[in-house]
Amino acid sequence: MELCDLTIHELRRLYARKEVFPSEVLASVIRRIHAVEKDYGAYLTLDLEGAVEQAQAADVRIKAGKPLGVLEGIPVAIKGNLCQAGRETTCASRILQGFVPPYTATAVRKILAQGAVILGHANMDEFAMGSSTEYSAVKKSKNPWDPLRTPGGSSGGSAVAVAVGEAIAALGSDTGGSIRQPAAFCGVTGLKPTYGLVSRYGLIALASSLDQIGPLTKDAEDSALLLNILSGFDPMDSTSVSGKKVDYTRDLQQDLSGKRIGLPLEYFEAGIDAEVKCTVLEAVELLKELGAEVVEISLKFTDYALPAYCIISSGEASSNLARYDGIRYGKAAARIEDNLNAFYIRTRSEGFGPEVKRRIMLGTYLLSAGAYEAYYKKAQQVRSLIIQEFNEAFQQVDVIITPTTPTIAFKFGEKSQDPLQMYWSEVCTAPVNMAGLPAISIPCGFSRGLPVGMQIIGAHFTETVILNVAYQYQRVTDYHQARPEPVRQEGTV
Amino acid sequence: MRFDTVIGLEVHAELATATKIFCACTTKFGGVANTQTCPVCLGLPGALPVLNKRAVEYCIRAGLALRCEIAKFSKMDRKNFFYPDMPKAYQISQYDLPLCRDGFLTLDSGKKIRINRIHLEEDAGKLTHSTGTERYSLVDYNRAGVPLIEIVSGPDLSTPAEAVEYLEKLRRILEYLEISDCKMAEGSLRCDANISLKPAGQEELGTKTELKNLNSFKALSRALTYEIKRQSELLAAGQAVRPETRKWDEVKQKTLSMRGKEETQDYRYFPDPDLPPIELDPAYIAEIAVSLPELPDEKKQRFMADYGLPEYDADLITGAKRLAEFFEAVNARYFNPKAASNFIMGELLRLMGEEQLKSAEIPMNPASLGDLLKLIDEGEISVSVGKKVFARMFQTGAAPEEIIKAEGFKQISDESQLLAIVNKVIKAHPQSVQDYLGGKEKAAGFLVGQIMRETKGQANPQLLKDLLYRELDKLKD
Repeated sequence: MELCDLTIHELRRLYARKEVFPSEVLASVIRRIHAVEKDYGAYLTLDLEGAVEQAQAADVRIKAGKPLGVLEGIPVAIKGNLCQAGRETTCASRILQGFVPPYTATAVRKILAQGAVILGHANMDEFAMGSSTEYSAVKKSKNPWDPLRTPGGSSGGSAVAVAVGEAIAALGSDTGGSIRQPAAFCGVTGLKPTYGLVSRYGLIALASSLDQIGPLTKDAEDSALLLNILSGFDPMDSTSVSGKKVDYTRDLQQDLSGKRIGLPLEYFEAGIDAEVKCTVLEAVELLKELGAEVVEISLKFTDYALPAYCIISSGEASSNLARYDGIRYGKAAARIEDNLNAFYIRTRSEGFGPEVKRRIMLGTYLLSAGAYEAYYKKAQQVRSLIIQEFNEAFQQVDVIITPTTPTIAFKFGEKSQDPLQMYWSEVCTAPVNMAGLPAISIPCGFSRGLPVGMQIIGAHFTETVILNVAYQYQRVTDYHQARPEPVRQEGTV
Repeated sequence: MRFDTVIGLEVHAELATATKIFCACTTKFGGVANTQTCPVCLGLPGALPVLNKRAVEYCIRAGLALRCEIAKFSKMDRKNFFYPDMPKAYQISQYDLPLCRDGFLTLDSGKKIRINRIHLEEDAGKLTHSTGTERYSLVDYNRAGVPLIEIVSGPDLSTPAEAVEYLEKLRRILEYLEISDCKMAEGSLRCDANISLKPAGQEELGTKTELKNLNSFKALSRALTYEIKRQSELLAAGQAVRPETRKWDEVKQKTLSMRGKEETQDYRYFPDPDLPPIELDPAYIAEIAVSLPELPDEKKQRFMADYGLPEYDADLITGAKRLAEFFEAVNARYFNPKAASNFIMGELLRLMGEEQLKSAEIPMNPASLGDLLKLIDEGEISVSVGKKVFARMFQTGAAPEEIIKAEGFKQISDESQLLAIVNKVIKAHPQSVQDYLGGKEKAAGFLVGQIMRETKGQANPQLLKDLLYRELDKLKD
């Protein structure tokens, strides 16, 4: 075990006792990056010189006994769609090549203010559209448990970085499962907060009503620590919610007796891999042993959630991505044509990858006269029903547990040729975004040597509850501590 | 064949908020290109809009003044289209749930013009196209994100004169509400007109054209007049009017076709997911309603009733809120409404120019004008000297008494002093005296003029006349 394999809370204790210093931890992370990055491709860009400076500054503060930020000297990766002033931010797209934002995303600003050492931008599917990082215009990230398989996506780079110790923790974004699904595939802990809890300012939008930034970490405690920093009202984001500041580590230690867990039948039916299903049900058994009560529930609108999600997210995306026209920033078509429309078409044809084009075309159609009434408005109505149904379920239960993904990590090329297959990866996670609920994916076992993720969903703004359940589960299991082969090899060197 | 004209106006007014509709950038006009911008109004990736509450309030003020229903639930929508002046490739506007709807504005004839809706939206940047051989366009985003309201009338206007009256009344109301500068020349008030003709008496509307580039009241009037002629000639010749957007050409004094309307653009409106719906508390709307100022038409009626002003004067003086306030302040100091009105319409208007008078600060203290009117009424100076004093007051801001003293403008009311001058003039012009004595009354006028000249206009006119006639009468005997 190297320093880079430790968690935030472990490092904080070591720093507090002055047993270890941020530069040493960063050196360990950098060694790991040098050893495995070429094989796993977690990062789009690295700023190691900047990181070294930040870590040295943290050393000085620790040595001087100055008050420390919560993330003082913790090396963190941020997803490639989070703006950082002065750093090229591309969303893994050709069209944003060379785009250097003049401002920093609120979430990034907050972790910097707490002393985090930012390593660089993590790889992702282009504009967060995808579930495998195969749609990144820059590179494919590889699953550290099996390099022939994808790490999931779209926050695939963030998940890989955490899984192999190329970062202590990472920020991702989740529109339909983009934090939880790669967390499940890579065996890490991924939290999607309640919509509105974390400011989206500076997160390059995929679908504004669904996007939410969240942490990818090695365990639930780290997740709570990061959420403490990320959460809170931001006057720059009208959809962020004002409310009392909550300490998300508050209820971690609570025992689970009396907690009511709902198991929605529809999430354990056809289309869900049998072993995945069994692994999750075994985990639920364990929670029962810890005192939780388990009830079967039904979420009847589940079948409609994914199609409605596809409609709404594509519609919003088509509008959000219309601004990329090559005129003000990013990559323009090679030759400016005499005709403005021809220039737009050429720039966007060259700049966007196939999945982005597919969703822009789909979304443009779905918002057009006629189709709007027939599909988009209907999808919004379905969305209201889904929200209502979840709210009713949470009258009966404290959390709802499902598999995070219908299958274990799939192979490269297995689904990238069939968009519908790819969209299916989000069948268990997208309904949660539609309802704006918080959910966490934690490792709960293995199937054919690959991690399986369990999704714990909570009612709006009950992150303390899902973190409590996740923490208690991790207290009695060690799936979250299992490390993939490259780490084990590297660790013994 | 006779035709009825049907006109509807779409008026855009830039709101005079200090900051833009979705960010903290200034809305000031005329800054160096692209200096009044930020990630939000430039639509940079990841930046998000936050609705300016003041812009909502201003829109509601307009709605209440125009007797609209104010929506308790409203929302912002995205209007999607590609154009380089719109950096997000969509304009944030309001589609099916505008803030205000179903109001009206009453013309002087008593005719009510319906206001279908007033909605809130953001302005676009400004494009400048090269005119030389090298072809390029420049974009200035200083204007991007300036708040606008769009006021859509019903198709209720029947003549260019009604359209002009409607627009003028609208301008006055917005100006009174202090929600817009309403400067057509700077584009803070813009107007498009829809116009169609139909056979007299027919219910069904004819094919309309939309007229753009109407940058002044004159342009609106002329473009509509031209279009009525053009459309009626087409219809009379049995030809169809093409549904199209036409541009008023100021040089050619013609409307010219810009583009057809057969192919309607699909803007793919949908609710902006970055902005929560606007939910208004009735108490908040009531609060705004209570705070509305007296509106121009009410003020005009009051000026006629309370100050006894002729309609012409009342209309002109209530044409700008500042001017009306100035008038009232003058009368609060010294009550002589007609004299105040004469000075404002004659002197102030001439010195400032009409446009300035509507928009700019009035560079003088109304109390001073009150004092001046009092001095005239008390016979300290004549009206004509008063005008000279007024001009100095306007230039220097000094009090009338000071100017009169410094310039020696005080009226000569001293009988012996004036009598000496009267006799001097009588002596100097024996022919005129003879003429007068011979029965030519007019000759006396000449002598009055000469005396005024001798006294630089400062002779007390009544005293002067009394003395002159007395002296002349003496000569009769």
